[in-house]
Amino acid sequence: MPEYQPNMVLSNEEFDVIGSRPVRHDGFDKVTGRARYGADTNLAGLLYGKILRSPHAHAVIKSIDTSAAEAHPGVYAVVTSADWPETSTKLSDLAEGALQNLGFLSMNVLARGKALYKGHAIAAVAAVSPHVAEEAAAKIKVNYEVLKPVMTADDGLKPDAPILHERLASISNPALRPGGLLDDGAESMRTNIANEFEFRIGDVEQGFKDSDVIVEKETSTQAIHQGYIEPHAGTAHWQHDGKLTIWSSSQGQFSVRDMTARFLGIPVSDVKAIPMEIGGGFGAKTIVYVEPIAALLSRKSGRPVKVQMTRTEVFEATGPTSGTKIKVKIGATKDGKIVAAEADLVYEAGAFPGSPVSPGAQCMMGQYDIANAHLTAKDVLVNRPKSAAYRAPGAPASAFCMETALDELAEKLGMDPLEFRLLNSSKEGVRRVTGPMTPKVGYIETLQAAKDHDHYNTKLEGKFRGRGVATGFWGNNSGPAAAVAVVNSDGTISLTEGSPDIGGSRAAMALHVAEVLGIPVTDIKPTVGDTDSIGFTSNTGGSSATFKSGWACYEAAQSVKKQMTERAAKIWEIPSEDVEYKEAILQHKSDPELKLTFKQIAARMIPTGGPIVGSAGVNPPGAGPSIAVHIADVEVDTDTGKVEILRYTAVQDAGKAIHPSYVEGQIQGGVVQGIGWALNEEYVYNDDGVMLNSSFLDYRMPTSLDLPMIDTVIVEVANPSHPYGVRGVGEVPIVPPMAAISNAIYDAIGVRMNHLPMSPDKVLEALWAKNGK
Amino acid sequence: MPEVWIPPKLQQLTGGKQQVQVEGSTVRQVINSLERQYPGVKEFLCDEVEEDLYPGIAVIVDGETSQLGMLQKVQENSEVHFLPAIGGG
Repeated sequence: MPEYQPNMVLSNEEFDVIGSRPVRHDGFDKVTGRARYGADTNLAGLLYGKILRSPHAHAVIKSIDTSAAEAHPGVYAVVTSADWPETSTKLSDLAEGALQNLGFLSMNVLARGKALYKGHAIAAVAAVSPHVAEEAAAKIKVNYEVLKPVMTADDGLKPDAPILHERLASISNPALRPGGLLDDGAESMRTNIANEFEFRIGDVEQGFKDSDVIVEKETSTQAIHQGYIEPHAGTAHWQHDGKLTIWSSSQGQFSVRDMTARFLGIPVSDVKAIPMEIGGGFGAKTIVYVEPIAALLSRKSGRPVKVQMTRTEVFEATGPTSGTKIKVKIGATKDGKIVAAEADLVYEAGAFPGSPVSPGAQCMMGQYDIANAHLTAKDVLVNRPKSAAYRAPGAPASAFCMETALDELAEKLGMDPLEFRLLNSSKEGVRRVTGPMTPKVGYIETLQAAKDHDHYNTKLEGKFRGRGVATGFWGNNSGPAAAVAVVNSDGTISLTEGSPDIGGSRAAMALHVAEVLGIPVTDIKPTVGDTDSIGFTSNTGGSSATFKSGWACYEAAQSVKKQMTERAAKIWEIPSEDVEYKEAILQHKSDPELKLTFKQIAARMIPTGGPIVGSAGVNPPGAGPSIAVHIADVEVDTDTGKVEILRYTAVQDAGKAIHPSYVEGQIQGGVVQGIGWALNEEYVYNDDGVMLNSSFLDYRMPTSLDLPMIDTVIVEVANPSHPYGVRGVGEVPIVPPMAAISNAIYDAIGVRMNHLPMSPDKVLEALWAKNGK
Repeated sequence: MPEVWIPPKLQQLTGGKQQVQVEGSTVRQVINSLERQYPGVKEFLCDEVEEDLYPGIAVIVDGETSQLGMLQKVQENSEVHFLPAIGGG
């Protein structure tokens, strides 16, 4: 058993520079304020855009009169959805679409026909200053027919519920299709259920008959926001040659390019999207909000236009994650083996289809060996902003339900909760409840590391103090990625890749190249390329960036290595097979006198054949899942209901931590967001569907004063599908905290908190209910 | 022959069978074999004109999510699953 120190890495394989902790390449610009974010583009003749938003949660837009705004001094352009082509929302037109129904996404960017949530964009103005634009926007007259809003999934499922989309095609098939509208002439289905999913394995009925102990419970979670520091911001310049340039902060410049081009009906080659630094995204910056509006305003005004959201706009109009309601039933034998499980998940999609209910269901039991299971899931429309991805989308809510149920089950069985999970843990070759076999992953190693940890083995003393554990599963993604490594004459490398850097990925990319070539990581200058300078790279999302773009950088570096070897062979007039490349030195295999360094060959590359450029485009399979095990100690103030986190340890299988500090940062960030989700955060609406806490003053996120040091343990069970064993790490750390804290509160005061947030008022109410007050 | 796990929503088309064995050395061939045996399955999985899997479908062959879709090679003893694709944050 290792002696645990803070922030440990339990490594199984060492490399030269992979696994080291160099200073990030972009750090200097960030600490000196030179880094340029979404709102930092300033061009000659720049105009400022302001968006008019719906004051109603559900309303028919009967007419829009923009004449007064257009006549307002200093105004250059006013746009509504009438200013761009209508992108089809029909299900039957989706064949060439992506995961998003772009018709719905276009209607989310600018309302067409109906306002579907408070804050829905209706029109936009470009003017000489933000204040003039705001004044003019206020002069736009919109005639609404106000409708009753649907604010919860429960309400949306009622037979007499108001219908958001009269022509919604409710679908139910094996694909995560993004939903759509019916063809013309088809009879309305009058439903708010956009999609239904089902997963089944084994014989659940028999499994429950074989169970000695059964736990059933229901949990609910509220919509919460990703809460990134940087509001959405973008600048667009539609030049006179018809080419459009966009500067914005996003999780994918190619998504910005492709979505904007599609909405505007122009070729992708006419759009250049330039990625700026990003002040947090967590999934919500994988789609566009402001960029197409800035482009429309620029086309109409002939000037560059910047659109920047306020915090209130971010809360009211960009993607929170879904509110959820989940039921689970789990059966186990008296010796602790889970033999049956069933669950029903209902997630609020927001105003358009596409909640993360399917991944919520698929990840809910992903880390367990359960032979009989049945899960059903519904995606339900409500008059709230369209839900967007948030860190392991869907999984935290389902884990909250599952992991608190397992805590109850372990208690009923009289078993240690980690021991109980170890007994039921999945491993390579075990079938998941969704069907496929589990690949190699460190479930057992991670659980064991938590069980061995000093935190778990130190007795927690004191009144109203409790300890809880929970685990989390996330599948991780891959995708297409590209990298170009250009050798400079001084032996350094200019590295361009396509993944916007959210959590230190430029340093990770440079480490891949440094490892292959044996040169210092400081000799590599990583840059995130715009859409005209690097091959298509999918979003920095799904914990995919280091896996896929790291792989592309690895391949590009391998190409450089091969070319360097060929140049040495050419200089020495020998076959390249006779050249050995080791630690940036090229040497004749049998003549030790023939030796050149990487830098020496770089200096001679032009006369030996020209520039050396290594490039790669990849779409690698085998991302491999992640597992996290968290231990939380809390103290409950029984007078106020406030829960204090006393100690927190997060253990996670990272495959191989390319740069451990940034893996630890991801883990700590995910835990902190999870603590906020657990204890404080929620969207609060009034009956009219107006958000009442749309500022950081009233929407309570944790600060450093609320938190202890989040200790981490990185477990490395190498992913066999990656050259260095990498697994995605960014999402799974937000999965266990809510359940771990709920279980800790139960341990402290004997109350099961089944609904989030576990804010002081809810804790007090639960305590009073327990004590019969 | 490769074994295809039929998603619950499609099992009505396979007479309730949860797994079926069909011929094919690529996912495309497997789907076409499925369609021959159980007409109607294909339209739920792929665009018949473009012959691409729907964007929302992930095909998992022998435990690994494929990035090649219809072009993915399948072995004689492979297990093929069709699941809703998972995005990320």
